[in-house]
Amino acid sequence: MNTKQITELSLCQLSGHLQSGEITAVQAAKAYLDVIREREPSIKAYLSVLEGEAMQKAAQIDDRRSRGEKLSPLAGIPAGIKDNICTRGFTTTCASRMLENFVPPYDAHVIEKLDEAGAVMLGKLNMDEFAMGSSTENSYFQVTHNPRDLSCVPGGSSGGSAAAVAANEAVFALGSDTGGSIRQPAAFCGVVGMKPTYGTVSRYGLVAFASSLDQIGPLTRDVTDSAMVMDCIAGHDSRDTTSIDMEKLDYSAELGKDIRGMKIALPKEFFGEGLSDDVRKGIETAVARFKELGAEIVEVSMPTLSHALSAYYIISSAEASSNLARFDGIRYGYRAQDYDDITSLYKNSRSEGFGQEVKRRIMLGTFALSSGYYDAYYKKALQVRTLIVNDYNRIFEQCDCILSPVAPTTAYKIGEKTSNPLEMYLGDIYTVPVNIAGVPALSMPCATASNGLPVGMQLIGRPFSEPVLYRIGRAYETTCETTSR
Amino acid sequence: MSAFTSEYEMVIGLEVHVELKTRTKIFCSCPTDFGAEPNTHVCPVCMGLPGSLPVLNRKVVEYAIKAGMATNCTIARYSKQDRKNYFYPDLPKAYQISQYDLPLCEHGYLDIETSTGSKRIGITRIHIEEDAGKLVHDKSGTFIDCNRCGVPLIEIVSEPDIRSAEEAVAYLQKLRATILYTGISDCRMQEGSLRCDVNLSVHKPGQPFGTRTEMKNLNSFQYVQKAIEFEYRRQVEAIENGEEIVQETRRFDEKSGKTSSMRRKEDANDYRYFPDPDLAPIEMSEQQLEQLQASIPVLPDQRKSKYIEQFGLTAYDAEMLTATPETADYFESVCAATEYPKQAANLMLTEVFRLMSAESEDTVRIPVAPAHLAALVNMTIDGKINSSTEKKVLGELWKNGDQSPEEYIRAHDLFQLSDPVLLEQLVDQAIAQNPKSIADFKKGKTNALKSLVGQIMGKTSGRANPVIVQQLIDEKVAKL
Repeated sequence: MNTKQITELSLCQLSGHLQSGEITAVQAAKAYLDVIREREPSIKAYLSVLEGEAMQKAAQIDDRRSRGEKLSPLAGIPAGIKDNICTRGFTTTCASRMLENFVPPYDAHVIEKLDEAGAVMLGKLNMDEFAMGSSTENSYFQVTHNPRDLSCVPGGSSGGSAAAVAANEAVFALGSDTGGSIRQPAAFCGVVGMKPTYGTVSRYGLVAFASSLDQIGPLTRDVTDSAMVMDCIAGHDSRDTTSIDMEKLDYSAELGKDIRGMKIALPKEFFGEGLSDDVRKGIETAVARFKELGAEIVEVSMPTLSHALSAYYIISSAEASSNLARFDGIRYGYRAQDYDDITSLYKNSRSEGFGQEVKRRIMLGTFALSSGYYDAYYKKALQVRTLIVNDYNRIFEQCDCILSPVAPTTAYKIGEKTSNPLEMYLGDIYTVPVNIAGVPALSMPCATASNGLPVGMQLIGRPFSEPVLYRIGRAYETTCETTSR
Repeated sequence: MSAFTSEYEMVIGLEVHVELKTRTKIFCSCPTDFGAEPNTHVCPVCMGLPGSLPVLNRKVVEYAIKAGMATNCTIARYSKQDRKNYFYPDLPKAYQISQYDLPLCEHGYLDIETSTGSKRIGITRIHIEEDAGKLVHDKSGTFIDCNRCGVPLIEIVSEPDIRSAEEAVAYLQKLRATILYTGISDCRMQEGSLRCDVNLSVHKPGQPFGTRTEMKNLNSFQYVQKAIEFEYRRQVEAIENGEEIVQETRRFDEKSGKTSSMRRKEDANDYRYFPDPDLAPIEMSEQQLEQLQASIPVLPDQRKSKYIEQFGLTAYDAEMLTATPETADYFESVCAATEYPKQAANLMLTEVFRLMSAESEDTVRIPVAPAHLAALVNMTIDGKINSSTEKKVLGELWKNGDQSPEEYIRAHDLFQLSDPVLLEQLVDQAIAQNPKSIADFKKGKTNALKSLVGQIMGKTSGRANPVIVQQLIDEKVAKL
């Protein structure tokens, strides 16, 4: 197989070829590095490419396989990692000037898991600085282009991860999702993104943005691949107190089952003002296909939706203001050249080291937690959080999942929304309630818009119902394969 | 103290930080040992590296609850941890994980003894938190040692019930005693494992409380006392001079014994407390609390009442003896070997405590076996030695190696001389050699014969029985 053929294989397919010996891990790694070399000048998904390490790791895997060792399905699979996930010995920048030269002395839990499984890390992927943003334009280093239309943004904050998968520059990538950062770029780039139930994947080694909302998840070519990555990275980790101690789920267990009789909720509030025709039509297509598959569509109401965005921006910014306080120029990270005393060292280092959006959120969060404002903002936001959880619980009493748009529009032009942060925030309306409630959501392509860009849909489930979401998503995928592929 | 100060009453509340004796830190498995090479007991978690997460050490919760139980607190079934946000180079995360509105323990008290009697001091709360690192300044710059980052602390906040430096010190001693008994901390003030912040205001009785100032990180009982005395006078003088007291943090200078302004209230941090999203709430079951309650040893107050009832000691003396479990254990061992507990208590409170305090405020080390101390008490009461020999021998055994006091006394020929024949000779000699003293006495100078006793004691190297000597002198002189 040639480079193009190899890199067009899904994780599942490539894994089969590696196991059968048809393709070696070295061949696979080389093919991906070739594509990266060829496409990066126009895509700019990677902040660093670890060519030597990748080839070395691939050779080790081939060696182990040749000795008859039984290896994980991910062994020899080339992958990209969002640059806010700590990798021992390799810079982890969070796409910030602040951490331009930061080399963590330890691996994140998910990196340990991938490493044990034998996955081959190709490099670290671009993102909005500290995962704050929805277009990857907030990166200190570079703007990533959407492989489906190079003049468009890939979405964010895991824009590098989505673009790399969409451009065949990685078989899969890890991203992180605090308010939609896996799902929205997946939708913009036409790939599959999973935001797992809060507590499913250890956050140990994920540079925190908003601790109570952050989750790591996979971006993949298709639903089956997503389940395979989850089978590797999910599970309890004693180093993360918020990691749930329960028996590990089999994420692939329900793939291939039909969805006849399943109830899919459609909240009417999701189809109000602000939703573009492209996305509305995409969701209508999805509704029609789900009906064909034998599912029942139930119209429901989610009255708290209108408060979700405000609650999200208060909670996430408040936590971020505290989480990002450690970047003070004292022990590691960027330190200003000019300072007279400790206060100006702090001020200048943080003013110069952080970008606009990060500073905006730190100020917003600091204000929301300030003495005298705590009750009006942070405490109120926590109350809204409870109401949103109640809304979901009520819907899940009668339905198996919720069908929702991921973003109000398809991918927009680079530079189109950078001047208006509020407009950018409004784009997160469909994704943030999921993080606030901690429930899982699968983002996947559901149609193609008139402009040729992918339209994404989101399947939201009850806590720990990822296998069900994969079952529904996979069933949907089969209908697309017969019509489009 | 000038005369007007007596019109003012001082109102004191204490915040005491106690370092817990857990083997590992509060949120990671680094050791807590004191005195290691800088930055050797550190890891990504206690260094606050990005991506690291805290995992609460359950022992810290248990130890804090034990402190709460020993100080009569109500223990929370549901508690949480909060972030206290502020920038300082010794604080790697730029927030300290502490507890804000739901502490582990609340509404406790301790009873103290002072020269004016017993008093109950309320305890507002006890919460857990992590210690910060240490800044080391030298000519080439400032360095940060993170070994102490994440060492577990409890903060014990008292009610503003304290009204004098003496009460403050008595409270601290009682608190220290109680914590030492539970075994959760060494309470070594010199090493900083017990530190005290003093909040003090003054007012005229009947009037509302005045504005308070805070003095931070006092690390000896003596400094606490001096800082209180100085600050009280400073505030009273300021008010008398028509000045207003400003709410501020003041630094106590150990050399001058004075306090000086460090930080005004308006410069104080807004700590922006909020629940730490990385840590789950702390929930305690009834069963867990029962187990902890069962592990609380006999506390100072229980021993104290036993000493008062069984041994007839005063409350004050009993309080002193129970100040550390070591001194109380020692005293009880002594009492097992003597029938004279009051005399044993006196010897301990005077000589033993004096010898101990000459060594260290923080550690209790009594090198003389309890049976030996009891033997000294018994021999003194039985008249085999006199009380000055008792003290002398105790000092010798303490400094030059413990051994049987009988053997030491025999070897050094220190038994008391009570033989009337021998003593009579000495008295006769003394009378013959001091005609002037005798004459003075006859003229009515009642003290004139004192020097005769002294001379005889000197001649016998302190061994003569002073009671018999005095009797003999009285008899002989009366016959002259």
